[in-house]
Amino acid sequence: MNDKITSEAKNRSLVVQLLGWVVAMFSFGFFVLPPLYNVFCEITGFGGRTNTAAATVVETPDVNRTVRVEFVTSVNEYAPWEFTADTSSMDVHPGQMYYATFTAKNLTEVSKVAQAVPSISPIVASGHFKKIECFCFTSQDFSAHEQKEMPVQFILDTELPDYIDTVTLQYTFFDTQRVAAAN
Amino acid sequence: MTTAVADAAHHVEHGPAKGFSRWLFTTNHKDIGTMYLIFSLTMFFVGGTMALIVRSELAQPGLQFVHPEFFNQMTTMHALVMIFGAIMPAFVGLANWMVPLQIGAPDMALPRMNNWSFWILPVAFCMLLSTLFMPGGAPAGGWTMYPPLVLQTGDSFPFLIFSIHLMGLSSIMGAINIIVTIVNMRTPQMVLIRMPLFAWAWLITAYLLLAVMPVLAGAVTMLLTDQFFGTSFFLAAGGGDPVMYQHIFWFFGHPEVYIMILPAFGIVSEIIPTFSRKPLFGHDSMVYALAAIAFLSFIVWAHHMFTVGMPLSGQMFFMFATMMISVPTGVKIFNWASTMWRGAMTFETPMLFALAFVFLFTIGGFSGLMLALVPADIQYHDSYFVVAHFHYVLVPGSLFALMGAAYYWLPKWTGHMYNETAGKVHFWLSAIFVNVLFFPMHFLGLAGMPRRIPDYSTQFADFNMVATIGAFGFGLSQLIFVYVLLTCKKGPPATAEVWDHPKGLEWTVPSPAPYHTFAEPPKVDRTVAFPKDYD
Repeated sequence: MNDKITSEAKNRSLVVQLLGWVVAMFSFGFFVLPPLYNVFCEITGFGGRTNTAAATVVETPDVNRTVRVEFVTSVNEYAPWEFTADTSSMDVHPGQMYYATFTAKNLTEVSKVAQAVPSISPIVASGHFKKIECFCFTSQDFSAHEQKEMPVQFILDTELPDYIDTVTLQYTFFDTQRVAAAN
Repeated sequence: MTTAVADAAHHVEHGPAKGFSRWLFTTNHKDIGTMYLIFSLTMFFVGGTMALIVRSELAQPGLQFVHPEFFNQMTTMHALVMIFGAIMPAFVGLANWMVPLQIGAPDMALPRMNNWSFWILPVAFCMLLSTLFMPGGAPAGGWTMYPPLVLQTGDSFPFLIFSIHLMGLSSIMGAINIIVTIVNMRTPQMVLIRMPLFAWAWLITAYLLLAVMPVLAGAVTMLLTDQFFGTSFFLAAGGGDPVMYQHIFWFFGHPEVYIMILPAFGIVSEIIPTFSRKPLFGHDSMVYALAAIAFLSFIVWAHHMFTVGMPLSGQMFFMFATMMISVPTGVKIFNWASTMWRGAMTFETPMLFALAFVFLFTIGGFSGLMLALVPADIQYHDSYFVVAHFHYVLVPGSLFALMGAAYYWLPKWTGHMYNETAGKVHFWLSAIFVNVLFFPMHFLGLAGMPRRIPDYSTQFADFNMVATIGAFGFGLSQLIFVYVLLTCKKGPPATAEVWDHPKGLEWTVPSPAPYHTFAEPPKVDRTVAFPKDYD
């Protein structure tokens, strides 16, 4: 009889321990991993992540070095926009501030809200590409058929590794109606 | 004390209940094991039918039989059904049947939960298969369920997520049961390290299941909340990142592939010594190799996603970590070969399946090594080479081990010897057609044929026709297995040992194994975990 009781107690404590594991792994996957991944991306620039709020940078321009910055635009899924960069690329000196403009046009009869999401490539450059002002910091409202010119102001800092001679800035335009409605 | 004796006496006389309620309410590990095995065989034919639809469409270039949407549903459902419905439950069924018999336990530690973890599965699969009849059809975004594509699934999306939840729940309960049984219910003299390899493989697999199934549940729950509750875990517009899903999924997914192969390693480590008439070479190193593979499986996930855009240092780490897995795997292959070395080998059906496993799984292992190389993987990614690779490790790998296990233990389960000729025919047809089916896929992949596409360029036509012929040959050969099962009762009665002096406690009970076994813990030799009078 005693044997039976002790074995049941042993089973119960092991089951509780294993269930604890299950709960811990679910919490790890659901609650810990996503914020951890975000922090990881912000630190390393993984996924081409760049700053999402205005950066303040004071740098002295390095006029002896020229880096080409290329602009790429795309529109997500069937989002009803025309979205282009006004210049496809520019040659810049690290440490100096530059402007570039992008143009987007709402192709529908109704007003729309868009969010541009930036991405930098190569990944090692993403921490060195600082946006002072960007249309991607906030969502953009478009009335029916509205066309807008949107600026981005940026500095490539002088810490950019020597072997990089081209940096690509890519924007994807998302229709945020669904996200906005949910929030 | 007197009550305990009376209890024990009462339980010995307790036989199976009559009719369907026996199966519905059973808490007997042998009944539940049988149900798992029959369920998984059924799912194997369901998933196999889907594979044949895929192969029929791919027999010739152009679209002949099905719409591309339905083709994508078939590839997705084939994977889900085979992984969660056929391979995994079959291993759990074998664990239910054999683990208590191998460690001298009277039953599983948590019999009621055991009943529950089985009966969840038919419910989960009714739910998953019902999506085939829904508006918009079954899930078609691939079994990996990558967002944003999977979020475009129609009405079947929540059914997909909930059925994954249920399958995960079933696996987790099964895993807890196996761990508690092995840790707490071994016969007293059985030292953990000396435990038979199949039980060892399952102990490690069960820990893998506990570690990763909750992570999968978390990932699919995030998909669900992204779709219905306005979160943006994976939606770039809301600040999320679809690549994060791939990381979380493969953090589950890579241990998952070892969940599907470690029990197979355990089975082969049981079969080869029996038919080589030698003890397993390097028993302890086999255990350490299993543990090493299990550990490494957690740090290699990103080799599934070399093309997402990853820093070079990350690619290097995951490449080398992946290649490191071939070391413990090599230990296992060499130990099996050493077990056979100078053994008095005979080639009954289980041994044939085990030998084919060693050869053909190794081919799958080598193509895996090729895929681990970053520069090569960028070429092979999402091509038929990947399809060839994982089918080599899953079909002549996991499935052949399962078939071998079924033939090996069938006389113990039924009390009758199966038809050996039919078994051998089944083996040879399977072994030939599986290569006709999957080997040409290597060439197709290297030549650039992408996976998951119903049509292809005409230069791929010949090899695809060969693969389709192999698929029908392989599929039809499996009907011989059903014939063997159905005619097994007519075979001559099996002895308790069944084979020529096999080692292990399961061979000390009569064939068929009585409804209740090991009411008293059996005596084993501390050093070998086998009954004393055997050596």
